[in-house]
Order: sequence, then C-alpha cells, then structure tokens
Amino acid sequence: MRRFSLFNATSLTFGFAFLYLPMVILIIYSFNASQLVTVWAGFSTRWYGELLRDQEFLDAAWVTLRVAVFSSTIATVLGTMAATVIVRAGRFKGRTLFSGMIYAPLVMPEVITGLSLLLLFIGIGLDRGILTVVLAHTTFSMCYVSVVVSSRLATFDTALEEAALDLGCSPFEAFRLVTLPIIAPAVISGWLLAFTLSLDDLVIASFTTGPSATTLPIKIFSAVRLGVSPQINALSTILIAFVAVGVIAASLATKRAAVRADKDARAAERAAG
Amino acid sequence: MNQTVFAPWDDPDEKPLIQFRNVTKRFGDFTAIDDLTLDIYAQEFFALLGPSGCGKTTMMRMLAGFETPTEGNILLSGQDIAPIPPNKRAVNMMFQSYALFPHLSVRDNIAFGLRRESKDKAKIDERVEEMLRLTRLTKFAGRKPHQISGGQRQRVALARSLAKAPKLLLLDEPLGALDRKLREETQFELMDIQEKTGTTFVIVTHDQEEAMTVASRVAVMDEGKLIQVATPDVIYEAPNSVYVADFIGDVNIVEGRASQTGDKVDVAWAEGQPPIHATTQKRFDRDAQCYFAIRPEKVHISKERDDSRPNVLQGKVIDIAYLGNISTYHVRLADGTMMKAQSANTRRLANRGITWEDEVWLSFTDTAGVMLAR
Amino acid sequence: MRRFALIAVPYLWLLALFLVPFLIVLKISLSDITLSIPPYSPKLDLSAGWAGFVEFIRALDFENYVFLTQDDLYWKAYLSSLWIAFVSTLITLAVGYPIAYGMARAAPEWRPTLLMLVILPFWTSFLIRVYAWMGILANEGLLNQTLLALGIIDSPLQILNTTAAVQIGIVYTYLPFMILPIYATLEKMDESLLEAAEDLGCSRLSAFWLVTFPLSRGGIIAGCFLVFIPAIGEFVIPSLLGGSDTLMIGKVLWEEFFSNRDWPVASAVAIILLAILIIPIVLFQRNEQKEREAGT
Repeated sequence: MRRFSLFNATSLTFGFAFLYLPMVILIIYSFNASQLVTVWAGFSTRWYGELLRDQEFLDAAWVTLRVAVFSSTIATVLGTMAATVIVRAGRFKGRTLFSGMIYAPLVMPEVITGLSLLLLFIGIGLDRGILTVVLAHTTFSMCYVSVVVSSRLATFDTALEEAALDLGCSPFEAFRLVTLPIIAPAVISGWLLAFTLSLDDLVIASFTTGPSATTLPIKIFSAVRLGVSPQINALSTILIAFVAVGVIAASLATKRAAVRADKDARAAERAAG
Repeated sequence: MNQTVFAPWDDPDEKPLIQFRNVTKRFGDFTAIDDLTLDIYAQEFFALLGPSGCGKTTMMRMLAGFETPTEGNILLSGQDIAPIPPNKRAVNMMFQSYALFPHLSVRDNIAFGLRRESKDKAKIDERVEEMLRLTRLTKFAGRKPHQISGGQRQRVALARSLAKAPKLLLLDEPLGALDRKLREETQFELMDIQEKTGTTFVIVTHDQEEAMTVASRVAVMDEGKLIQVATPDVIYEAPNSVYVADFIGDVNIVEGRASQTGDKVDVAWAEGQPPIHATTQKRFDRDAQCYFAIRPEKVHISKERDDSRPNVLQGKVIDIAYLGNISTYHVRLADGTMMKAQSANTRRLANRGITWEDEVWLSFTDTAGVMLAR
Repeated sequence: MRRFALIAVPYLWLLALFLVPFLIVLKISLSDITLSIPPYSPKLDLSAGWAGFVEFIRALDFENYVFLTQDDLYWKAYLSSLWIAFVSTLITLAVGYPIAYGMARAAPEWRPTLLMLVILPFWTSFLIRVYAWMGILANEGLLNQTLLALGIIDSPLQILNTTAAVQIGIVYTYLPFMILPIYATLEKMDESLLEAAEDLGCSRLSAFWLVTFPLSRGGIIAGCFLVFIPAIGEFVIPSLLGGSDTLMIGKVLWEEFFSNRDWPVASAVAIILLAILIIPIVLFQRNEQKEREAGT
C-alpha cells in the first residue's frame, strides 16, 4: 500500500480509460437515433431493431455459432489429447516435430495459416463451406487448448493417477475418473478460448470459406470497410455485452470458489484442533 | 524360545510373502537398486530405512508395479509379479502426499477401489463404514479432503488403501507431513491397525525413530544395497557396520588396531592411552583396523574415578546438552578425542555435580560397545 | 496401443492440416503461374517414380522470389511492416509499463479485478476493437470534434487512413499482451528488495531504475515479442485504419491473393514473411527458456 502513489493512480486511470473509452463510445453511439454516426440525435434503439430484421446478419450469426461450437468442441478433444501427449507420453519418434506443430500455429500469421489451408482444400478438391472453416478453426484452436491444458497437467500430481491405478483402475479409467474431473476447469477454459477465437476470426475464415458460409466477422468486415455504420455499432454492443457478462460471471465464480476454499481451510484447522 | 514371539524370519519352514531375488533397477546410467535379495514375511511390519536417494522408494514402487526390475524378479506368494500391472495387484499403496482425490468426499475416496471390482453397493457401503470406524473418520465422511486436517487426511489415505484388504500394504513416508506430536500418536495407531487387520505392512521412511518404533524388522539401505536387515533392537545394539551404528541414534566411534584373545579384544586407539577392552564373537586379525562403537548412554560419567568397570578414561567437559530427561556431556579426552556420555537427570538441576570445564572420568564395561570391522 | 492412438490422432490431424498445407505453399511459391488453376506447373507425377520426382525438382525455380526483389513494393512492404511493428511495440511498452506497475502496486484485494479488466478486452472481438477506432479517428470523428471544440486545432487532423492510425490500433489491441507479462514479473517481486535499496541509500527513483526495472526485464522482453511478432503479419488493422500509402505485408499478401489472384507470388510472400519471423520467434523462445530456468 505504501507505494501506491498518485503516479500509480494516474497511470491506472489513464490506462483503463484508454482500454475502455473506445468501447464505451461505441456502445453509446449504438443508441444514437441519427444515421450520421458522428452527430448525436437522441436516444433510440432503432439500429437494434434493424439489425434483428436483417436476415443476412442473422444467417451469418447462425453460421458463426455453428462453426464455433463444432470447432471448439473438436479442438478441445484434440487439444487435450495433444496436451496429454506433450506432458505425459515421454519420448517417442517425432516428438520434436509434434511439439513444433503444436506451438507453430500460435505464432503463425493468420494470413499464412489461411492461405496454406485454402491451397490444401483446393488441392484435394474439397468444396469450401462450413466444413472447411470448422477444419481450419479446429486446427489452430486445438493448439491454444493444448497450451492451456498442458500448463495445468504439468502441475498435476501424478501420484493421484498412480493411486487410481493402485486401487484397480485401468489407465483409461484413471484418466476419466481422476485426471479429467480435476483438470476440468482448464479444459473448460480451453473450450471457451477456442470458442472465442472461432467467433472472432476474420482472416482464416475469409480464406477457407465459400460463398455459402459467410461468417459474422466477414460480414462485419465487408460492412465496415466502407465506413462506420450504426448497425455495426449495435451488433458490437451486443457482442461486447455477451463477453462482459460471461467474463464477469466467471470471475465472480472464481472469487466465490476462493472464499469457499478459505472457509474450508479454516474448517480443516478447527477439525484438527 | 517362547512360542508367542513373532519371528517368522527365524523359522526355516515359513514361506516368505515377498521375495526379492537379485533385483537390480537402473534408470539410464544410475543404478537405484543393486543386486538386492530380501524376504519379507506375512503379517510383518517391515521398514525400509535410509537417506533419500538410497533406493527405498524405488523398491516400494517396484512392489506397487509402477517400476519393473531391470534384472532379477520379485515374487509375491511365490508368483513373479513383473507382468502384473499395478491395477491387478493385491498390493495397495499409501502415498507420501496421500494422493487423495480432491474432487471426491472422504467416503467416495475410501470406496474408490472397492467400486472398481464390485457392483454390490450394500457390500461396498458396509466395508466403507467399517473402514471409517477403524480410522475414526465416521464424522467426516461427507467432507472433501481439503476440508479436514492433515492427520485426518493421513487416516483417509490409510483407510482407502486398506479398504480392498490387500495382501500387502505399502506406506511411503506415511507420517512425513505430520508434526512431531501427531506423528508419535499416529505411529501407535498404525501399529494398532496393522495388528487388527493382520495385513503385511512395508513402510518406507528416513526417520530412524519411526522405523524403530513401528517395525518388526528394519532394513537399513544405502546406495541401492541392504546394509543390515534385523529387528530394531539388534539394529541398535548390534549394528553390523559403522554406517548402521552411525545412522541409527547417537554413537561414539573409536578407530584402532585389534589384538584378540578368544572373545576378548583390546583396541589400541591412541598413543599414551590404555587400550579399550571389548568382547566380540567376530574374528579380528592382529593389528587389523577396527572400530569400537559405543552408545553415549552406555558410557558412565562421574567426577570420581570409578574402577568397577574395566574401561576408564579421563577427560574434561566441553559442552553439555540439556534435554530435560537426560543430559549429554561432550568430553574431551587427553589426546583430543571427543566422546559423548549420557546420564538420566533423575535429580533436580541444582543437585547435579558436573559442569563445564570439570575434570571427569568416563567408564564402561567390556560388553557395552560393539566391535566393527567396517 | 492406447498410447499409440493418443499420439496418432492429434499428430495426424496436425500433419494433414498444418504441415502438408505449409509444404503446399512452399511448392507453389516455387512454381510457375500457368493459369489461375491449380496444380500449377510443375506437377509431381508419382506414377513416373524417381524420374518423375527428379523432373519435378528440376522444374522448381525461384522465379517468384526473384520477382519479389525486382518490384520494390514488396521489400518496401516488408521494411515498413517491421518498422511499424517496432515503433508500435515501443509505444505499447511506454503505455503498458506504468499500467502494469500501477496494478502490481495496487492493494492485493484490487489486483484480481484489475487483472480481469485487462483480460476482458482480449475476449472481445478483435475486429470490433479495431472498428471502434474508426469512429474516433475519422475526420469528423470524436477526437477531431473534441480537439476542435477545445480550440486546440482549427481544422480536422487527418488521422484515419494514416500510419499513425495503424500504430494506435496496434497499441490498443495488443496492450494486454504487454501488460500481462510485465505485471507477472512485477507482482512476483519481493517488496523488501526496494526497502533494502532505500535502506542502502537509494532514492525512490534510483531504486526503481536499479532494482525494479532490471528485475522486470524478462517480462518486458516477453511483452515486446508478444506485440512485435503478431504485429508484423497484421492484416485487419492496416486494412481498416491504414490508408493506401500504409504498406503492411499481411495486407499485400491478401491483395496479391484475392485481387491479383497470383497465388505463386502470394505463397512466396508468405514464405519470406515466415523466414523474417523466425528470428524474433527464436529469440522469444530463448528468453522464455531463460525466464523458466531463473524461475526454478
């Protein structure tokens, strides 16, 4: 506390203002009655109404949601497997290549990932659409999932799995009954991360999709290239609200879990005394 | 011999429960277990004692099935267990960290192993209740592991590993996480439970007091080898080497040259000092290097010369460690050798006569110490 | 058997959808543009066996790479991407460090909330966060309106569609990547070190320069790479905030591919971009390794 000076307070205030003001402004202007986005003409929910009547946006939203659900679910399964391989499988032939392929997509520019996948899909004659976008999103988000899950697995006490084996579990049962329930929070955050990455992705989806499957970011991008639009403001507000509610709920849940853990620790002390 | 004494290792007709036969275990270049042979009998409480890295944990993990021997075999009831995976062995283990499943209640932790082999819910419940009673955990059955104290966690781990009524229970430093007072209580509890269930216990520990207290036999290990396997009293009173004598308890070790006549040995150990008179069953060559080991409590200390014992040495008190019930005196002999003597504080402080810088006499009988060749 | 399946499934997936596509890019970058239809010349004819393979290799050439060096659009784009990423990284550091410092010195009960506030934008759409600046930076946008109203300027500044706007966009969107690693190192730091420094005669400011700053170096380096590396290949920010004169290689690649439909050249651009990225990526990995070793 002693070092929490005026300087710190100022830098935090300005820092968070910088982070949040643009979004706040966006939200405010989404309620602007005027067509002209820079002139305030009174409060209105008109753009929300127009947005909800715009079939193209609704279709794009539906495509995006399906892609995100499928790709994040497959990515979570594959990513958890990959994490288990990296943390547990020990040495095997081609291990270096494997971990390289897990980490490379994290630093690969999206334009390159998109380009290479598109060339593959064309090469094997796969029609571009929802399927190809799901494949593309699964590939890069499984790497993120694997990083999240493997950092949890690395601190996992292997004695727990050994105890399960010792008590009669097969290796697979030990994973299902002991490891998975314990690492579940990491697996869930991996899924959420994959889901968000898929929802957000513009570049890779642009490369790998066909005319039948326009995702929401592609739709937004083609709309805003021409300039600011009040409809997009409304859409952005809805998306920001979703994320904010989600993140705040998650952090409240963590906080409650921490409080409960604290109470448990005190209960354990009493039990000892 | 009294029939009730439990000593199957002395009975040539008794079949061992576990046999290590020339077992070697290597991890890369490192040899953890070096050509080791050992028998453990049913219903024993067997302690593997040694410093960290001596191979005791590796032995236990080979019994549990988490490691396989590089050479040699391990037999359980006469059957080689190498091909049997850990989940199929009638061996259970209590882990050093307890390895309680954090997402399961105390009851579910104890029932975990039972549920793997049986579907009979009533039977499982009955067994779990029995284990809860045995370990006095009935009140805490619904709690999660992080909601109970360290001592209770230790008992859950014990109950969980005992629930399947294994032929053999392995305990890896079971009391290491407990504080001293709780540890002592728990040691007696462990012995009690071992007796009640009749299970064979193998305990790994680096705490010599713990091994001495609980075990029927103790194996002292160093660098992958067994140094001595014997009952606690033999280990303490008749160690077979300087290593064992030094590892267990406090000891004075005097190096010297032997000259033997029958079972009497004189040890010449310092210029201008009388030789130490000792008794031994072993043979020492004339002038062979030897070690005389004597426990401090077997050395009598007094201000007056006491010729009732055959060995008498003079020295000066350098330091006194007052431990309440006993005091240890650090005495410097005329040639500079330090020797420790212990005496019980049967009288109150003010009445004890010996203090720093006092000239004192140390004396001991010729059977008080042991003669060691190495 | 199970272990085999566990390894094989993700392994094959990554081979098929990461490594193979990458090799295709490599191959196409060395091919001639015949028509805008794959598979391009040369073609690998597996039925011709070894002779076919030799034929395939012989027909590969560096024509596309040579083309990249001849047209100055490309090397200018590479240089300008590096420069924009570099400048933006420094600005992000200057903006992010005080925030990370303030967070690390805030009361412990506030830290989780502050941390959440930094992470929250990361979960919101990148595209929307970039878009939010379009309305602010436009000629008739909020920033110009405010500055005009305050009388600081007489006529609107041209910010949108300039390199400056791209840099603002990068700083804004990547700021959390800078704050988090620096915060992590500062938060770990033992405060008694500063007390020790002051006890030994440092002023607060010199204690900061001699103790705090060097100890947070690992976090600073990590944060800089986390901003610098993705910023080089950025596409969304230059295409929404930048103008026609803002050259960034991600955008060039996109246009080469979608507008000019010259896939071999687009592939060559991608390969060179990767080659450039390898250096900072290796340096970043090495820094992480060092940090991990220091941590244990």
